[in-house]
Amino acid sequence: MSEATPPEEVKKKGISRRGFVIGGAAGAAGIAAIYLLGKGGGGGGTAGCITTDLSDTEATLAVSNWPEYIDEDDGDYISTLTQFQQDSGLKVTYTPDVNDNIEFFSKVRNQLGSCQPTGRDLFVLTDWMAARMIDAGWIQQLDKANVPNLDKNLISSLQGVGWDPNREYSAPWQSGFSGIAYNKSLVGEVGSVSELLTRADLKGKVTMLTEMRDTMGLLLLADGANPADFTDDQWGTAIEKLSKARADGQIRAFTGNEYINDLAAGNIAACVAWSGDVAAAEDENLVFLPPEEGMMIWSDNMLVPVQGNHKANAEKWINNYYDPAVAAKLAAYVWYVCPVEGAQAEMEKIDPSLVDNPLIFPTADYLAQTHSFMALDEAKASSYEKDFADVTG
Amino acid sequence: MTALQRAFTGRSAYLLIAPAALWLGLFFLFPMLSLLTTSLSDPSGSPVYGYELTWRLQNYGEALADYWPYMVRSLFYAGIATAICLVLGFIIAYAIAFKAGRFKTIMLVLVIAPFFTSFLVRTLSWKLILADNGWVVETLKALHFMPDDGRLLATPVAVVAGLTYNFLPFMILPLYTSLEKIDPRLNEAAADLYANPAQRFAKVIWPLALPGVVGGTLLTFIPATGDYINASLLGSPNTQMVGNKIQALFTTAGDYPHAAALSVILMVLIVGMVLVYVRRAGTEDLL
Repeated sequence: MSEATPPEEVKKKGISRRGFVIGGAAGAAGIAAIYLLGKGGGGGGTAGCITTDLSDTEATLAVSNWPEYIDEDDGDYISTLTQFQQDSGLKVTYTPDVNDNIEFFSKVRNQLGSCQPTGRDLFVLTDWMAARMIDAGWIQQLDKANVPNLDKNLISSLQGVGWDPNREYSAPWQSGFSGIAYNKSLVGEVGSVSELLTRADLKGKVTMLTEMRDTMGLLLLADGANPADFTDDQWGTAIEKLSKARADGQIRAFTGNEYINDLAAGNIAACVAWSGDVAAAEDENLVFLPPEEGMMIWSDNMLVPVQGNHKANAEKWINNYYDPAVAAKLAAYVWYVCPVEGAQAEMEKIDPSLVDNPLIFPTADYLAQTHSFMALDEAKASSYEKDFADVTG
Repeated sequence: MTALQRAFTGRSAYLLIAPAALWLGLFFLFPMLSLLTTSLSDPSGSPVYGYELTWRLQNYGEALADYWPYMVRSLFYAGIATAICLVLGFIIAYAIAFKAGRFKTIMLVLVIAPFFTSFLVRTLSWKLILADNGWVVETLKALHFMPDDGRLLATPVAVVAGLTYNFLPFMILPLYTSLEKIDPRLNEAAADLYANPAQRFAKVIWPLALPGVVGGTLLTFIPATGDYINASLLGSPNTQMVGNKIQALFTTAGDYPHAAALSVILMVLIVGMVLVYVRRAGTEDLL
């Protein structure tokens, strides 16, 4: 600022600095008042904000899913997505923009909480996050008449989940396992989570997932705790272990789906991984195996948000993917656990070598070594998530 | 009275200011208020059901106590990156301004050219360059500049290198504009008065380039301090900067109040440092 302005000059300018500041302050106070008044509501209470379904007039559908989670057109191979668009006449905007449940949640929570459209008609989230969103009233109920295949073909192990007993709000897209992957051109077999955390030849060459339930589930198992029912002390021990491995430089990063590129490139040698990713990478050096201590199982669910304008179209999509032939085709490509009964029989026609693959069609024996993560209430979840974020971030 | 002054009398002045005021109100004041209220809210709320404003000042103390190492690390990395940028940038800007001749335009375009691709893609390409099995690391190992189990990626070196690379143009451009304005005859006159090159630099070029130095360092240091892309793509959990922490608190931990408090602390800290810096540099008039 230059020298002080003499008073008469202020007058000449017509608008004094003081006047401007007062005006500005008044304006700011006004905005603040409006803001604070509007703040009371917060989230929840969105039951009344279900939009009119525009499916009759608009043949479009916007889907958000995780990366590497659907088959793609390749030469003569026509993907299930392209096939669906041809059969149904719908124009599908498919975006692989879900890389982490909480990250995605942060992306859409403001719109969902305040009844604004997110631009998506259907998205895919893991069980616990699906439960959280249904609980918050942000998800539309499916019209059972439109999704006959879902009731008919959903495998029994995924029926009757606690947070959506009759599958009225959700339909599993795929299930999968969280275990260990390693690059066999760089290191010998990595068979347990304890090895990941301590083996000297893996120092700085290990990544873990930012998904708390995957990473911490495996760490709890490594400690002999049960991820489905553990105490705060056991949690504390596991967090402590993770924190130490991080401080020692054993862990190079906490990631979402992108770990697979680093594993193939050799920047990391071993990691916590999702079962299908390794197979889909089609790199013979990459190996996925269930850790000795046991592995985690989860499923990702298709959900229609309250402000999704094309619910009937979304239901066509769901119904399509619950056709055993379509499901088998998808499973042959993504290598995740197929939630559709009858797909195993259809797989015979596509690729007989996959019919007995436990990563796609797990047997009861194989499922015996899997664990799921305990359901957490809101307060517990946020306290655990904070502990975990303090180590990972 | 000029036309402009006439236009600024009476009510019309408010009307003329209105668009800018509205813009600032909507996109600066409003988010700022939102940030401040969030930072003073009770952290026991949740992102789903909202937070209650309880004027909880402890958020600031807690954020500072828990996350000060990230703050220090950010300032440290950004400081080194800015210093390297200043040295490199000065040489490049000087070369463009005085030595480039007919290549001046081409060189300036080359400085700006990286902006035509996305910031993310450029940073990711550094991941390829510095990869554990990449040629840079292999060469350094072959020359014994690095132990056999050494690496660049996921180290502070990679983060600072990324910051330096990404913010270098912000240093070069202001330096160039300052240097370009210097009359070469001043330099010649100094030489005529028996000043040696070092003296000419210290007494003529540097003082005249100071506005560019101040502008360039601010444009580099401020965004570098708050940056989180470089640390998250090129670093490891042990090289996380304050931006990563804020991002993690918002997105992963869902702890909005502490994240907001940390953002406010960072902002106040930077504004404070900038004010001191600008005053010390004695160039208030130039900003």
